Amino acid sequence: MNKSLLSIVMLFLVSIAAYPGYTGAETLSLLTWKGYAPKVLVDKFETETGIRVNVTYTNNEEMIAKLRATRGAGFDLAQPSQDRISSVQKKYRIYQAMDIRKIDTAQIIPSMLASVKKNTSVGGEFHAVPFCWGTSGLVVNRKIAPDALDYSDLLNDKYTGRISYRLKRPTLIGLAFAMGKDPFSLYNDTDAYKALMEEVGQAMIAAKPLVKNYWTNGDALLQSMRSGEVHLAMAWDNGGWKLHAENPDIDFVAPKSGALGWIDTFALPAKAKNIDAAYQWINFMLRPQNAATFTNLERAPTASAGANQHMDAVVRANFDRSFPQAVIDNIKWYPPVPSKLEGIEGMILDKVKASR
Amino acid sequence: MTQHRKWGLFFFLTPVLLWLTLLIVLPHIDLLRMSFILETDTGETEWRLSNYASFFKEPIYWLTFVRTAIYSIIVTLLTLVVALPVSFFITKVARPGTRGFLMLLILLPFWVSELVRVYGWMILLRESGVINHFLLKLGILDQPVEMLYNDAAMILGLVYTSMLFMVVPLVSVLESLDDSLIEAAYDLGADMGTIVFKIIVPHATPGIVSGAIVVFMLTLGNYLTPNLMGGKNSLWFTEQIYNQFIASFNWNQGAAFGFLLLLLSSGIVWLGLKLSGQTLGKVVR
Repeated sequence: MNKSLLSIVMLFLVSIAAYPGYTGAETLSLLTWKGYAPKVLVDKFETETGIRVNVTYTNNEEMIAKLRATRGAGFDLAQPSQDRISSVQKKYRIYQAMDIRKIDTAQIIPSMLASVKKNTSVGGEFHAVPFCWGTSGLVVNRKIAPDALDYSDLLNDKYTGRISYRLKRPTLIGLAFAMGKDPFSLYNDTDAYKALMEEVGQAMIAAKPLVKNYWTNGDALLQSMRSGEVHLAMAWDNGGWKLHAENPDIDFVAPKSGALGWIDTFALPAKAKNIDAAYQWINFMLRPQNAATFTNLERAPTASAGANQHMDAVVRANFDRSFPQAVIDNIKWYPPVPSKLEGIEGMILDKVKASR
Repeated sequence: MTQHRKWGLFFFLTPVLLWLTLLIVLPHIDLLRMSFILETDTGETEWRLSNYASFFKEPIYWLTFVRTAIYSIIVTLLTLVVALPVSFFITKVARPGTRGFLMLLILLPFWVSELVRVYGWMILLRESGVINHFLLKLGILDQPVEMLYNDAAMILGLVYTSMLFMVVPLVSVLESLDDSLIEAAYDLGADMGTIVFKIIVPHATPGIVSGAIVVFMLTLGNYLTPNLMGGKNSLWFTEQIYNQFIASFNWNQGAAFGFLLLLLSSGIVWLGLKLSGQTLGKVVR
């Protein structure tokens, strides 16, 4: 009796040990955005390197809060936006410097690499390399709202009850641009920036009855647009393109006052355990074929040089349709955010949400 | 013998004490310390009360708290109004054989997570949702109506989420109510209202108060339901705390809000106990 029990226990332990997850195989803990680690690529990476990938999905703010809580431990690789790195790094030291020798720089578009290196450098060392980019702008049902062309249409009572946007900083910044101001030039003038944001906040409060809801989840927004509950939203370009594939009436529109351009990056948390695996993942994801697989799935362009030739024609058509050269030249790229602005913006967004 | 008991006590108490100190007391002490720290523009830290002061200085903060507290009280009362007849039916009217089944029906929704339940309500209530679909099909409406994203939807969701926590204490308290009291009251010519307010409610008061405390605290500390179902108008105090921690990176302010929530809600519970003439010891028993 005892012997058979013992053998069952032994068998159990052996079977656990035989399971790939527990053989002491290497793992890579990735802190990233939804869609940034597609299953096909995770599987390919595992068969190529034998490293298992654990993915945690989150957004910029939670990424910073998570790493700050552990002082940069718990994850091997994070993917914050390039403008949210330097001020956070100065204050909380949650990232470590990158070793350029471990990165296959020939795979990366040189201008993007240079700009991300510049924007994320603290104390003479840089803390991130670019992965993918995109813009925020309008996603419009053009059959119903053919003349929604700028952020200001988010406050237009023509579309009462059919408007949706996020209560996050891009909305404030987009609306400020639509008012003819340049919030980025006020980044270092806290008082002027605060006054401008107050003005935007007042406009948002006045236009609150027009809003259907403030979306928080990208998939839920796409669902509302699909079902016709929302006709005009501020959202990311790739979401608009996804809907365009299903319903040609809906498309991404780069606003007249300029789409807001972001670049998401790869950054190493300060206490990352498996740095080798992190570099392997970076080089793997930027390899042209793999970057193109990502773009074909998520519609977001990458910083990988030479990925274009592997891209689906439909995906390339999106860029051609939404981004003629003049529109690209008009993109407002986020400069690094100084640390004090988030508090100002948070207060105004709270006021908008609490108002009646 | 006493030596043995001592060791036994030590043995069984250790995990509880470890759990309490490591996971609850220590983090709270750190949060409390944080809540008194002010970070100046130059990045230096000072010991100040300004995080607490800004709660009272900025109307948006305390108004949000007042709103949250009032809505939580309304939700608690509504939950009681819904749960009392249900519990009475389960304990006194239903046949003993079906009681277990009825309790199971109340428990069943709680086997899935709160998120799933809230999304279920959203699918029912949204403009392109199930209820609108049927109302349109039946010709009662000719335009779909948005039923989500307002206070009524939020209260509905909160009452639904907290039903169980009111029904369980009420059922256990009503089981001890002697049926003959109600029968005697009927014999003596009492009407329905008199029976409810002179017999059932006084007997059930400990259960009502303990249920109300649980429901009130759960509602006050809820984040998901107000955020998802209340939509654009529902700034809940928990969301305010989340925003301080996550969006504004101001952990010190967030920690101060957390402690204010703890203090103020304890105050409201204490007031409720005083008003109902109950003591905490009697209620939790």
